[in-house]
Amino acid sequence: MSQYFHSIRIDTEKCNSRMKCLRVCPTQAIRIRNGKAIIIEEKCIDCGECITACPNNAIVPLTDPFIGLTKFRHTVALPSPGLHAQFGKEILPKKILPGLRNLGFDDACDLSPTCGEVSFAIQEYLRDYNGPRPLISIACPTVVRLIQVKYPSLIEQLIPIELPREVAARELKKKKSRQLGIKESEIGIFYLTPCPAKMISIKQPAEKGRSYLDGAISISDIYGPLLSALEEVEKENYRKDLEDICILGMGWAMVGGICRTLRIKNSLAASGIPDIIKIFDDIERGKLRNIDFVEAYSCPQGCVGGSLTVENLYISYNKVLKLIETLEFEQIKACPDIREVRKRFKENYFLIKGKFEPRPLKPLDKDLAKAIKKRKEKDDIYESLPKIDCGICGAPTCLTFAEDIVKGEAVLTDCIFNLPHKFADLSQELSELLSKFASLQPIRPNISKTLNNKDKK
Amino acid sequence: MKKSDEHVLSQQFEIKGGDFSNAGKTSTSIKEILQEIGIDTSIIIRAAIAAYEAEMNVVMYAQRATFTLNITPEKLCFKVEDEGQGIDNLDMAMQEGFSTATDEMREMGFGAGMGLPNIKRNADRFKIFSTPGKGTSLDLTFFLNQDE
Repeated sequence: MSQYFHSIRIDTEKCNSRMKCLRVCPTQAIRIRNGKAIIIEEKCIDCGECITACPNNAIVPLTDPFIGLTKFRHTVALPSPGLHAQFGKEILPKKILPGLRNLGFDDACDLSPTCGEVSFAIQEYLRDYNGPRPLISIACPTVVRLIQVKYPSLIEQLIPIELPREVAARELKKKKSRQLGIKESEIGIFYLTPCPAKMISIKQPAEKGRSYLDGAISISDIYGPLLSALEEVEKENYRKDLEDICILGMGWAMVGGICRTLRIKNSLAASGIPDIIKIFDDIERGKLRNIDFVEAYSCPQGCVGGSLTVENLYISYNKVLKLIETLEFEQIKACPDIREVRKRFKENYFLIKGKFEPRPLKPLDKDLAKAIKKRKEKDDIYESLPKIDCGICGAPTCLTFAEDIVKGEAVLTDCIFNLPHKFADLSQELSELLSKFASLQPIRPNISKTLNNKDKK
Repeated sequence: MKKSDEHVLSQQFEIKGGDFSNAGKTSTSIKEILQEIGIDTSIIIRAAIAAYEAEMNVVMYAQRATFTLNITPEKLCFKVEDEGQGIDNLDMAMQEGFSTATDEMREMGFGAGMGLPNIKRNADRFKIFSTPGKGTSLDLTFFLNQDE
C-alpha cells in the first residue's frame, strides 16, 4: 500500500489525456505518461480541482457508496452543513433529517449544534493563546495538507480543536451505544460530504489520530434519492428535529462562516488555493501578526463550492445566508450554552488527540551533495527549454519538466521543441552513414529504378 | 577551480529598494530551493525568516542589493550587499525595538525594530559591515550538519 491515502482516482479507460487536469492542479501533482494522466501521490493535497476540470469524468472521487451500509447494526447520517446549502430555505433542515431516515439510515443528526459549540471552543482557545499569530482553522483537510507539504513553519499555528464532525461522531457513538446497548463498533456514522478531501481526513487524519467517522458519502450521490425521499416526509415529524438545530453552526459550510461566529477583533476568511497561497506566504513572513484567526478553504466560497455538491456555488452560498435568516424567525436555539462549552473545554473535550507533523516533499536526492548537483542541472535544463508551459511533454510546466528530468522520470526529447535538434543530429548521422555506403557501391540508382518500375505497375 | 565545485549551488537575486509589490519574492524562491534540496525543515524555517528580514531591510532602506545564495553540503550562506544609506550606529541597530522606519512603513506592519536582531537570532553566524552613506553588507551562515 502506498504511503498516502488519496480520495481521487484516475479511470484510465476514460482518460484521453486532454491535459485539463494537468493545468489546474495547484501543486503540479499530475503528469501525462503514455497518454494517461497519473497523480504523484506525495504532491497531491486532494483539493479536487482536477475532478471538476476533467471533461471526460475520468477523475473519480473515492467516497463510500450509498448502498452497503449493512455492515453496521445501526447507521447514522451526519450531513455537512453543505447539504442544507443545496436546498436553502425551500427545504429546511427539519425536513431533510427525516428524509435521510426515509432513505434507510437508522438515524440522521444535524451537525449545526456541534459546529456552534466548536466555534465557541475556538474562541476559548484563542483567548488563552500566546503563541505566534494568526491561528489557522483546520476545517479544510486540503488546507491542512497544503501546510504540511509547503508551509511546515505554520504547523504550530493550526488550531488543535477537533472538528465538529469528529466531536459529533464521537459523542453519538457513546450515546447510541448506551441507549441501544450495542458496541460502538457496531454503529456506523457516515458523513455526507461536499468534497472528496473529507475522505482523507477520515481514512488518514493529518494529525495521525483516528477518525470517529466510518465513511463519507458524496452529497451528489445522495441528492437525487434524497429529493424523492423528501416527498414522503410527513409534517408531524418536524418538531423534534427543529430542536436539534443551532443557527450559529449553520454557516460552517461557507467561507467566513466560522469568522462570523467568533467574537474577536481581527479575523480573515479566504478561499481558493491561489489566494490561500498568497496569504500563507504573508503569514510565513510575519506580515499578518495582527490577525488572530484565519479561515481558509481550498474550494471557492468554502465547502458550498465543493466538487461533490450539486448547486452552483454562489447560489448555495446565498442559500446559506437566506437559510440563516429564515431560521431566525423560527423559534430555535441561536447558539449553544457558553458555560457548558467552557466547562467541556477545560476538560479537553474539544482538543484533538494527535499532533500535526510536517510532510515535506521528497528532495531531489537523499544525499545533499547530489541534491545540490541535481538542482544545478535542473537550472541548466530549464534554461534550454522554451518556457511556454505547453504541457506536451506531460509535465504542467517547463520547470516541473526540468525537475522530472533530473529525477530520471523524463527525458529531454519528451519536449517537442527539442525534437528538431534531435532530428538534425539524426539526419546528420544518417547522411554520414549513407555517404559511407555510397562510396562502397552505387546503390542509389538501383533504388530509384525499382521504385519507378513499381509505379508503372 | 576546486574539485568540489559541482556541489556548490550559487544563485544571485537582485532586489530593488522601495519595490514593495515584489518584496518577499526572493526569500520565497530561496525557501523553495532549500525545500527542493531537502534541507532540514527547522533550518529552512530559520533561513527563510532571516532571508525575508534581510530582503525587507533592502526594500525599506536601500536603493538596490544583490542577494547571493551559496549552498554546499556543509553550509548555507547568504550574502546581501546593498547600495544605500548604510547604518550610522550598528550597536543601536542591533538592539531590539530600535528602528528608523517611517510612519508609512510602520503602518504596513514593518519597522518594529526586530529586523537585524531577528536575523542574528536565526543565523548560526552573523556578520555585518556598514559604511554610512554607501551601503551595508550582511554575511549569514547556517550549518547544515547540526551534530557537528
